[in-house]
Amino acid sequence: MDRIIVCVKPVPDPKTWDRLRLDPVTKTLMREEIPSIINPLDKHALEAALEIKDTQSAEVVLLSMAPDSSLPVLREALALGADRAVLLSDRGFAGSDTLATSRILAEAIRRLAPFDLIFCGNFTLDGSTAQVPSQIGELLGIPNIMHVSHLEFGDSGRLVVTQKIEHGYVKLAAEPPVLLSFTKEANTPRYRTFLEIMAAETREIAIWTNADLNLDEALIGLKGSPTQMADLLLRPKTRQGLRLTGNPEEIAQRLVEKIQQLGVI
Amino acid sequence: MEKPQIWVFLEQRGGMLHDVGLELLGKARELAQASDSVVAALLLGADVAALGDRAIAHGADVVLLADHALLEPYRLLPYTSVLAQACREYHPAIVLLGATAMGMELAPRLAARLDTGLSAHCIDLKLDADGNLLQMVPGWGGGVVATIKCPAHRPQMATVMPGVMKKLEPAPRSGRVIHLAVGEDLDVSGPQVLEVYREEPKERPLEAAEVVVAGGWGMGGKEGWKLLEELAGLLGGAVGATRPPVDEGWASEEQMIGQSGKTVRPRLYIGVGISGMSHHVVGMDGSDFVVAINADPRAPIFEVADIGIVGDFREILPPLLDEIRTRLQGGGMNPPGISA
Repeated sequence: MDRIIVCVKPVPDPKTWDRLRLDPVTKTLMREEIPSIINPLDKHALEAALEIKDTQSAEVVLLSMAPDSSLPVLREALALGADRAVLLSDRGFAGSDTLATSRILAEAIRRLAPFDLIFCGNFTLDGSTAQVPSQIGELLGIPNIMHVSHLEFGDSGRLVVTQKIEHGYVKLAAEPPVLLSFTKEANTPRYRTFLEIMAAETREIAIWTNADLNLDEALIGLKGSPTQMADLLLRPKTRQGLRLTGNPEEIAQRLVEKIQQLGVI
Repeated sequence: MEKPQIWVFLEQRGGMLHDVGLELLGKARELAQASDSVVAALLLGADVAALGDRAIAHGADVVLLADHALLEPYRLLPYTSVLAQACREYHPAIVLLGATAMGMELAPRLAARLDTGLSAHCIDLKLDADGNLLQMVPGWGGGVVATIKCPAHRPQMATVMPGVMKKLEPAPRSGRVIHLAVGEDLDVSGPQVLEVYREEPKERPLEAAEVVVAGGWGMGGKEGWKLLEELAGLLGGAVGATRPPVDEGWASEEQMIGQSGKTVRPRLYIGVGISGMSHHVVGMDGSDFVVAINADPRAPIFEVADIGIVGDFREILPPLLDEIRTRLQGGGMNPPGISA
């Protein structure tokens, strides 16, 4: 393999999600002071690339579309063994839906050509749409496979890919260039010590704006997104919120009466 | 087809129809009634024409059938090319797919090819006065719900997880079949299938259970887990889990409820030892009735519960099991599995 591009996304740490608040006036999420982590499945994508680098040599390039404040998170990913990183950061990218995001990532990947493989996490924790991998593949005109739970190499560089499906799996044979998105079963990501991560502090990360990609502004950001958010609401509370108290036997009796009223038994 | 069309992708593997397609037909029927639209089911495969009858019985007016040896087994690029061509020919207003392994791969690829919008994992779908599809999507693990529109592009596309929509009872209805031409120009490039392995689960799928008893980290181990299984057994239900019990090996991946797991909408959900983090709640909040048992009175699960019980499950569950057994034996209740 010559070059493997790994897409990584910094996401708000899920441990802090219950602290997310909605601004009642502007209906935007108040995200201040929410720390970021590397999207967990992206670490499996990176590990898959690093394993190939370990055994058959390859240049591993990290690619991320995120604000500049995500640089520390990218450095951590660099410390794991990637060769270089490109951060796509431009105010004009803000508000992109999955299709506009995929256009931006696909254009950056074109500018990183030639490449053999593109690896992604199967979904990100925040949006969780799982749409970007297939859309990058489509926009680049290369095949993609989702839900990759195992990857091995067959004869003459052919990839044998195990795809997890409901109650089973599909085994596929693929040739580069191909985009794969990984599940957590694929591998166990390596880790680095704090000192090794510190050593990556000085690593340069290339920052590309739309001046580098030269995409039509009508195709990116809010304007370039076919989907629009019409409304955003905190999930309404509709439950009765009754508390049953008393000793366990009393509670059991009243709960069973309720279950009986529901008619499930 | 003169009227606006609502399309539903009818997923099948090896001739086995996935329920999510029928569930989406139920929703499509409802949307069609509100907008005087035609509901069409998209069926791709080899020798699958008979499945079209089920689609009609479950609410389709039309079956768009692509029956060709090269469409079995499912492969992403041939399927994308057939669906894209059909959309360009018939101009559907709406295309709905299940958020299954297949649908999650296929829907975004198709949307990008058609240069249109797609929303993922909708929990509800409505139409506004202008015929725009309002797509309700949970965000941030379900803590917020966003309404997504796709005003300037067609078709409007959305995926929905299995178990979210309700399928209609099959009824004798009439519908017609339109054959989609699959010719030599079919894109057969891309990865080749070496093997498909599937094991049909012996148990009823979690999404279909009328009672779900779910456990979380608070169950402490396999010992406590047995109580959940006993309770589910007595109520004729299924056992679900949050992420930690799956990671710990008390429960299987198939049992996970939530953002990266399954969506359940049973008549009764009982959550035990579950704190109620939003990424679990998004998978169970559509349940008809929610009971929460947790030792921590401040656990967020109580916010989304109809009945909350603060206490140690080790003290709460045994008398509950006894009470149910007593009533089952003493009559007055129908044992699970025997309907009244």
